[in-house]
Amino acid sequence: MSSSGKSHNNKEGYFLSINQSGKAIDKIVKFILLGAAMFTVAAIAIIVYSLVSESINFFQHISPLEFLFGTRWAAFFDDKAFGVLPLLAGTMLTTLIALGFAIPVGIGSAVFLSEYASTSLRRIVKPILEILAGIPTVVYGYFALYFITPNLQTFITDLSTYNALAAGLAMGVMITPTIASLTEDAFYSVPQYLKAAGYALGARKSQVIIRIVIPYTLSAVFAVIILAMGRAIGETMIVAIAAGLRPTLTLNPFESIMTMTAAIAQAATGDAPRGTVEYTSLFAVGIYLFAIVAILNTISSYLKRRWEIKYE
Amino acid sequence: MSSVKAEVRREEEKRTLTSIKEAGFQAYILVAVCICIMVLTMLLVNVTLTGIARVSTTLFLNYPSSNVDEAGMRPAILGSIYTVVLAIAIALPLGIATGLYLNEYAASSIVNRVIQITLVNLAGVPSIIFGLVALSFLSYTLVLGRSVIVGSIALAFLVLPLITVATIESARLVPLSHRLAAYALGARKYQVVLKVVLPRIMPTALTSSILAVSRAIGEAAPILVISGLIFVRRDPVSLLDEFTVMPLQIYNWVSRPQLEFRELSAAGIIVLLAILFALNILAIYLRNRLQQRVIE
Repeated sequence: MSSSGKSHNNKEGYFLSINQSGKAIDKIVKFILLGAAMFTVAAIAIIVYSLVSESINFFQHISPLEFLFGTRWAAFFDDKAFGVLPLLAGTMLTTLIALGFAIPVGIGSAVFLSEYASTSLRRIVKPILEILAGIPTVVYGYFALYFITPNLQTFITDLSTYNALAAGLAMGVMITPTIASLTEDAFYSVPQYLKAAGYALGARKSQVIIRIVIPYTLSAVFAVIILAMGRAIGETMIVAIAAGLRPTLTLNPFESIMTMTAAIAQAATGDAPRGTVEYTSLFAVGIYLFAIVAILNTISSYLKRRWEIKYE
Repeated sequence: MSSVKAEVRREEEKRTLTSIKEAGFQAYILVAVCICIMVLTMLLVNVTLTGIARVSTTLFLNYPSSNVDEAGMRPAILGSIYTVVLAIAIALPLGIATGLYLNEYAASSIVNRVIQITLVNLAGVPSIIFGLVALSFLSYTLVLGRSVIVGSIALAFLVLPLITVATIESARLVPLSHRLAAYALGARKYQVVLKVVLPRIMPTALTSSILAVSRAIGEAAPILVISGLIFVRRDPVSLLDEFTVMPLQIYNWVSRPQLEFRELSAAGIIVLLAILFALNILAIYLRNRLQQRVIE
């Protein structure tokens, strides 16, 4: 730009001014974009700050040991107790049921889509998974309470109306599309020559999938499963509707339970005026939940990155 | 001789075994896919049969009521529209700007890495935490109350990573030749970013914002914490009004034991799902149309 300014003397001033204002605009635009990007950082900072500062208030009344290892949660009774173990057990129970459903179904669907399905079948199955992925979780809660539970009750007689099993299964349906589509992406990255080598040795399709495709993508599949686990742990509405809102320290899937998320939801809707121990207890549960999910997400992205470096 | 025969027999047995295993594996795959298809079918059929009779103008125009035949979800529909539109109005410019910054400016600096990591973490935060933090920080610390604007901001940050990631991915696809051509004509960096890259990522931004709308419109957990399960009998008018949203109204009806309210919740679900399907079809249509135009 400056050189063109020199060759056309009469326009020099014009180009110079463009040059100067251009430089300034360049800086301003960069600054504005950086400012926008900082909102993301600020959001995480505010999340951590709010959770920590409210939790500190909580831990001034209840000792961390009592919170972490207490076996009774009763935030709204006269005889209050803030032991998080029943909530943790509820969360783990529903999450394990969800994974028990979603891992075989999700990976099976991924194998179907990437290895077996013709293009026309893919065009039918893929949108079905996308629709399942987009269904709001209240709808899954409704489905668990009014469809899964009554149907299960026909052959499990001691199943209570609100139970961990139905909620866990609905949660499994919720995370199945995530597992299926991300696993499918990983399957596609398996080089054709590896599969061809398997077939050349006389392997059947199932052998190629079990011995070549899955081992090759194993860390990516683990990354996907851990990511899905994080989503299941953070899910609120399904368990709030179908699991019963009763904090019980149990691993029996037929009973009513309460998860960490459901405890937050229940307290938020009930009477937890700001500043009370009940109110701050939500944030203690919240920060525990946040920490668990953050650790899972970190492991997941670590596995994913390691896999990408190894194979791409 | 006999050892050869035995060898042959063993080989044949092995083959039948692999065939059986193959058949078993195929059966498993088929069952897995059928489960997905069946679950979706049963869900849609159950909801439709239960709720279709109660989808009426009453549902759209009336206020919630303890009398089932008069109950509607007008404030919830308005609340959903207000919060979601506002959330996208906040998240779309922020997400595009963040994506542009990450892809165009901060190539591999520390700032870039920090923002990337926070972005991944933000995407993984359970949605109810957004509600909790919005309640503590926005409603109480900033004294905005349990209002529409607080709900919108929570939803905006919930969908922000989605829009940002879509922006980064599409900005990455803008060919280097286009940027170089612009630079060769004497363009400054901001001109390249705003006049070459930005127009090319608009189609993706548009579709990703529609997907963000469909994500935000179904979110109940953060709004449940922010607004509480209040009985809203008024249309939200200002940003500081109390509000409720469609999925929350559905939750309210689901948690009532009477059969009539179950029907009402199913009717609400039909409306919500219809909106979501329409949004997704719109997103697919726009993606196909706009992408074609860009390629041309």
